[in-house]
Amino acid sequence: MERIPILKMGTFLLVTIQVDMHDKLASTLQDDLTAQIAKQRSRGVLIDISALDVVDSFIGRMIANISAMARVLDAETVVVGMQPAVAITLVELGLPLDGIHTALNVERGMALLHSRLELHV
Amino acid sequence: MPRGSHIISVLKVHEVAILADWIKEQLSGVTLRPDLLNEATLRDESRAFLNEFRKAMQSGLLDDIKGDSWKGVRDMVTALSRSRALAGFTPSETATFVLSLKPSLFLRLRIELKGDAEAFADEFWQCSVVLDKLALLTMEAYQQSREEVIGRQQSDLLDLSTPVVELWEDVLALPLVGTLDSARTQIVMESLLKKIVDTGATIAIIDITGVPTVDTLVAQHLLKTVAATRLMGADCIISGIRPQIAQTIVHLGVDLGTVVTKATLADAFRVALARTGCRVERLKAERPAAETAEVH
Amino acid sequence: MRHALREQSVSIGFSLVEQTKLVTAASELGRNAVIHGGGGAVTVVQVAEGPRRGLRLVFADQGPGIADIALALKDGYSTGAGLGLGLGGAKRLSNEFSIESRPGAGTRVTIARWK
Repeated sequence: MERIPILKMGTFLLVTIQVDMHDKLASTLQDDLTAQIAKQRSRGVLIDISALDVVDSFIGRMIANISAMARVLDAETVVVGMQPAVAITLVELGLPLDGIHTALNVERGMALLHSRLELHV
Repeated sequence: MPRGSHIISVLKVHEVAILADWIKEQLSGVTLRPDLLNEATLRDESRAFLNEFRKAMQSGLLDDIKGDSWKGVRDMVTALSRSRALAGFTPSETATFVLSLKPSLFLRLRIELKGDAEAFADEFWQCSVVLDKLALLTMEAYQQSREEVIGRQQSDLLDLSTPVVELWEDVLALPLVGTLDSARTQIVMESLLKKIVDTGATIAIIDITGVPTVDTLVAQHLLKTVAATRLMGADCIISGIRPQIAQTIVHLGVDLGTVVTKATLADAFRVALARTGCRVERLKAERPAAETAEVH
Repeated sequence: MRHALREQSVSIGFSLVEQTKLVTAASELGRNAVIHGGGGAVTVVQVAEGPRRGLRLVFADQGPGIADIALALKDGYSTGAGLGLGLGGAKRLSNEFSIESRPGAGTRVTIARWK
């Protein structure tokens, strides 16, 4: 069964979405991620969507879910690498992604997580 | 006899003479523009038209110039009108191409049908109607061509009027001048986001000093732009809010949410610098007239 | 479907943003058809009106149909586990949008984007 790999980056977890996600894959990812956050006691999750040239409400919902679940487990989520055309489309689509942090790339995302975690602790 | 058959035979037999007369008519016409068109081109175009025209007439279907048998003529005439439009001819000058064929054609038709006034009247009428329709076609093609030019110019204008400026490290400025409609907003969003990717900027100052009115629609467009920017890991500050605009925004009940707004670009820049970890200090200069500022 | 749709979009001359909007709208409607309609078919047609060119997509399914279309178009309304943005979203992302549906008679959604 295919799974989206979850990489450990210091105290953070990195997930790179590259393929068309279907229901099963999405729910597997959410399961795996919550398990890993708990196991690794991660404080941050980076979701890299730089390879996605289309983000619809399904993916949007998945990202919102991951963010919410991570928060319950005391971890922050940052979505990185959104393509401009995707951002413009999402705004037009009306996807309510407020409350979700974003960054231009993984490096910036990690810097953002670090600074946000400094505020919390 | 099939319709238009006399015209067809006249065209066949007298083609050279008709062509010569027609070209003379065009060249001598008050409306020809020697600066815009040369004789050789005119000759080629006229010959091509007569060719297509005769072929189309041979189909005998004279009522509907939109049909397949008239495609060759339509295409030729449309292409000619478009090039004339782009070259700067007037619509009348362009339509004259077709209409000035009438004298030389009908002169010879009359000679051919001498003695048969009824046949002449019929064919004259049928052919005249066809040529008139073709002349109208030139007008339409001309019009369309002009509209395309205007459309292109409009989009050029849009592109030129939305420059995104790198004000400082990580800080972009986007001075908007003119009305902000949905077409413009799309362009603004695209250029702004592209610049964010290219420069890695984290703050974009959108200055609306040059936007005359801000109603709920304009506010929506601005908020969309801010939302898109935030999805890219950056944020916006809106500056250039004139007092009247502030009043309008409140009266309309527009909710700007968490967007920071400032009256002037300078204020917005100060906020942006602070957010990106910079500070502006005035150094004590020897000559008070000269002031320098250094950014740490 | 997406790949072919992208290719057609490029051939019409849509900008990247226009393409993305169209493919995203198609993705929404496609998912709807699968989730609510039990699967369906989509037809993609190149259309032209004078010099204007565009793409028209028709999503048709034989599912249970929609009883209250106005309600279905409202954001946030969802009979499934979705965000309820599918129909309204597809409408916002397209130049033209129309929907025919009756309970028991399936659903047919048509969207179009013009250059």
